[in-house]
Amino acid sequence: MSAQTTIPTPRSPYARRKTTRGNFELYSWVFMRASGVLLLVLVFGHLFVNLMVGDGIKAIDFAFVGGKWASPFWQTWDLLMLWLAMIHGTNGVRTVINDYAERDVTRGVLKGLLLLAFTFTVVLGTLVIFTFDPCPADAPAELLASFCTA
Amino acid sequence: MTAVLENTANTAQDGQAGAVASFEVTLKIRRYNPEVSEEAIWEEHTVTAHGTDRVLDALHKIKWELDGSLTFRRSCAHGICGSDAMRINGRNRLACKTLLKDVNPDKPITVEPIKGLPVVKDLVVDMEPFFASYREIMPFLITSGNEPSRENIQSQADRDRFDDTTKCILCAACTSSCPVFWTDGQYFGPAAIVNAHRFIFDSRDEGATQRLEVLNDKEGVWRCRTTFNCTEACPRGIEVTKAIQEVKRAMITRAF
Repeated sequence: MSAQTTIPTPRSPYARRKTTRGNFELYSWVFMRASGVLLLVLVFGHLFVNLMVGDGIKAIDFAFVGGKWASPFWQTWDLLMLWLAMIHGTNGVRTVINDYAERDVTRGVLKGLLLLAFTFTVVLGTLVIFTFDPCPADAPAELLASFCTA
Repeated sequence: MTAVLENTANTAQDGQAGAVASFEVTLKIRRYNPEVSEEAIWEEHTVTAHGTDRVLDALHKIKWELDGSLTFRRSCAHGICGSDAMRINGRNRLACKTLLKDVNPDKPITVEPIKGLPVVKDLVVDMEPFFASYREIMPFLITSGNEPSRENIQSQADRDRFDDTTKCILCAACTSSCPVFWTDGQYFGPAAIVNAHRFIFDSRDEGATQRLEVLNDKEGVWRCRTTFNCTEACPRGIEVTKAIQEVKRAMITRAF
């Protein structure tokens, strides 16, 4: 106990740093529920078609994937699955970061990395789904799949 | 948790009140005094207590007979004022509503200040952030028009709609049990939302939109992760998580 003679100034009243009102968190909350239900259908539909229909798991090879992506239906299916899963997952991790990162800098850096990973995966995935060509025209013959007949 | 007279049979036989069993109980208390040290320490005291004693009685005994410097809040000591919420054996409870025999007095009982709020001394925390959030949701009746000349009558069903959340005593047991609040002190917290719920669903109140607007915040209801810690901690048995979900639903139906 020190012999303190000066009386410290009363602490300033607690104040909210800034109000962050808006519908963003509301829409994100609703999106998580809606995309979750849709993903259940998409993911289990994907697993069923790939692993159980026809020859089942033995049918999966390069040709099978190539054949699927030749159809606009499966292109749309996979695109929807990719985007919904990526946004759903990224939003989930964003929430985890918000919950656990106490310092503003840590939170910012982690969210930046998350956004980078998200953008990379989504751009790459979308590009593959739309530009995938199992038999490129100018590729050397020995690299082509067996079903590619020129 | 009701106190039961255990020796009814004896009393009936010899016409004498049976003596209440007494036992030794050790309290392990988190002590903090910034004038002495910045470090908080654990301190143990053993006192004689009776089967009908509450944790608060043991704390009183320590303060009055063993160590007068022990600091804690209590006002009514009967579970109404909400002053003595503390973390007892790792759970938020009111010291005045918790019987020693219910928290296993065979082992030392740990007593800590509630988490997430700045500790001032020993078991006393700075409640200001908690009350600031409470004030922000405008915990008063908002109406328009002329001043009423008679009672503002409400049906029983309308009253029942928000009955549960009128029970809040602002002890902060729920808010300080919330893991989101522990890391993010800016979160409004369950207590503020419960008290907003009390007015949002009151048929006489006209400020629901304003209150929903306040809580439709990054730090508002959307930070709730439905861990149910608050519902478990509430000494008044309010279904806190349910109330928070009802506020969320009101926001969604308003937005779409």
